[in-house]
Amino acid sequence: MEAKQAQAAAKSGNATLDYWRKHYFLYILIAPALILTLVFKYGPMYGAVIAFKDFSPIKGIMGSDWVGLYNFEKFLSSPNFDVIFMNTLKLSFFGLILGFPIPILLALMLNQIRHTGAKKNIQLFLYAPNFISVVVVVGMLFIFLSPTGPINHLITLITGEPVMFMSRPEYFRGIYILSDIWTGAGWASIIYVAALANVDPELHHAANLDGANLLQRIRHIDLPTIRPIMAIVFILAAGGIMSIGFEKAYLMQTAMNLPTSEIIPTYVYKIGLQSGDYAYSAAVGLFNSVINVLLLITVNFIVKRLNEGDGLY
Amino acid sequence: MAIKHSRLDRLLLILNGIFLTLAVLVVVIPLLYVVVASLMDPSALLSRGLSFKLSDWSLEGYKKILSNPAMIRGFGNAVFYAVSFSVLTVVVSVCAGYSLSDNRLKGKGLFMTLFIITMFFSGGLIPTYLLVKNLGLLNTVWAVIIPGAVNVWNIILSRTFFKGVPLELKEAANVDGASEMRIFMQVVLPLSKPIVFVLALYAFVGQWNSYFDAMIYLDNPTLHPLQLVLRSILIQNQVDPGMISDQLAAAELKRLSEIIKYAAIVVSSLPLIIMYPFFQKYFEKGVMVGSLK
Repeated sequence: MEAKQAQAAAKSGNATLDYWRKHYFLYILIAPALILTLVFKYGPMYGAVIAFKDFSPIKGIMGSDWVGLYNFEKFLSSPNFDVIFMNTLKLSFFGLILGFPIPILLALMLNQIRHTGAKKNIQLFLYAPNFISVVVVVGMLFIFLSPTGPINHLITLITGEPVMFMSRPEYFRGIYILSDIWTGAGWASIIYVAALANVDPELHHAANLDGANLLQRIRHIDLPTIRPIMAIVFILAAGGIMSIGFEKAYLMQTAMNLPTSEIIPTYVYKIGLQSGDYAYSAAVGLFNSVINVLLLITVNFIVKRLNEGDGLY
Repeated sequence: MAIKHSRLDRLLLILNGIFLTLAVLVVVIPLLYVVVASLMDPSALLSRGLSFKLSDWSLEGYKKILSNPAMIRGFGNAVFYAVSFSVLTVVVSVCAGYSLSDNRLKGKGLFMTLFIITMFFSGGLIPTYLLVKNLGLLNTVWAVIIPGAVNVWNIILSRTFFKGVPLELKEAANVDGASEMRIFMQVVLPLSKPIVFVLALYAFVGQWNSYFDAMIYLDNPTLHPLQLVLRSILIQNQVDPGMISDQLAAAELKRLSEIIKYAAIVVSSLPLIIMYPFFQKYFEKGVMVGSLK
């Protein structure tokens, strides 16, 4: 009995050994990705405890004293909070409302172009701005919208007065969102275009024979086809509403437009890396991430309800 | 069998064509403006605006921008960052993606969860910065290349790809008693050109166009990539005085700054603009594979 057990144990030990000898290479392959993820993704998550500390460079993150939610309270009660929070929310929200439907419209329209060559060429142009860097896009905005730039040249011809686009807070959001659409709408239409291309043409023919006109076919054939994709894109966009990119807003900021252009990510960068208030800045960043995750979960739940189960997860 | 269009349908289709043409013009006109302006004589541009007369054109902007040492160095650095980042990212994601596509990998679920969590949670800017600083990577090229090299989307993308690779070849090699390493090197890698290509293109473009990591991690201007140099020229308006002869500095600077900006935009965007039409279908492929998850 005991001998049998020992034998079984040895056998299973052999099997394990055998498995490892055969397949250790699979683990070597995944190791770099795992190590990089643990160090550079999970490391900072652990480091985020700095948000709950009174950080002193001499003591280090782990050695610094705990201060609980002090840094969060400081942000929530600071006079900047309302403005920065609302700026972030408004910029993303309006960006989503305006930016979400346009790629869908573009795709529905492109889908009506029957001439393949023409369609390909239009796509080639519409996708191109996606490859222009944010520095160049914002650089072009500054050149085109400067008081002496081409746009103001036209405006002065009509009204006699140049418009100070980049230094007036009321224009910031509009410029930001419209230039985002200019850069990204074409590219964002790709997945819808591809889904529409997979629709069986027979469906359209049959509907046509039954007397359905163009708009009816779009409404009853094309739209239902892309609805699941719309749901996923919308959830991801709405869930990411507070994770709006730092890069473009920061470049577009001028001293004059700060009342609308200061958003949480740029604020985190300034107080953290420019003024060196690490703990406070990390708390602001963490506050933002938490809201983000909550938003993602909420939006996913709502869309799932409205969309008969077509959610993200 | 063609679809029969009513009169209203035909009107809508004509409107559709007009709108799409307008959309193309909205995209093309600003780009064309930059290209034409970059080719103009600076004085002509200032006094008369855009013109298509050859006598108003000159290559002065390009001469100035290409004689700017910061610009040249930035260009070289950008090539270095983009290439090395692409290589690292592709190697890491292809290896991990292949491993995760193999059912004999134990703990696959756990690994996937570990990766996917990072899509939704992150430590944030400051903790990441402090980590890079504590690792001694600040002001080194590694700070730009390594932290972003692992990317969940890329891993998922390549896992999806390898799941679609026919298994017969692998099974056959397995029966022959080939080791996992040999199967990977001799059977799998030669098949994975498409995914390598798509991932490399995305990584290259992303790195070429980014400025943020370089801005926060690199103080030393000799390490700056092109986008940071562009930022100082285009946005901070620091057209390098080195580009302009000393005597007439101020007046000359004013005259030339605009043309230099246009030329800088064209020079910096050129590699991608040239690449783009050839590789468009690969870029689209990337979007599609990603959307299938």
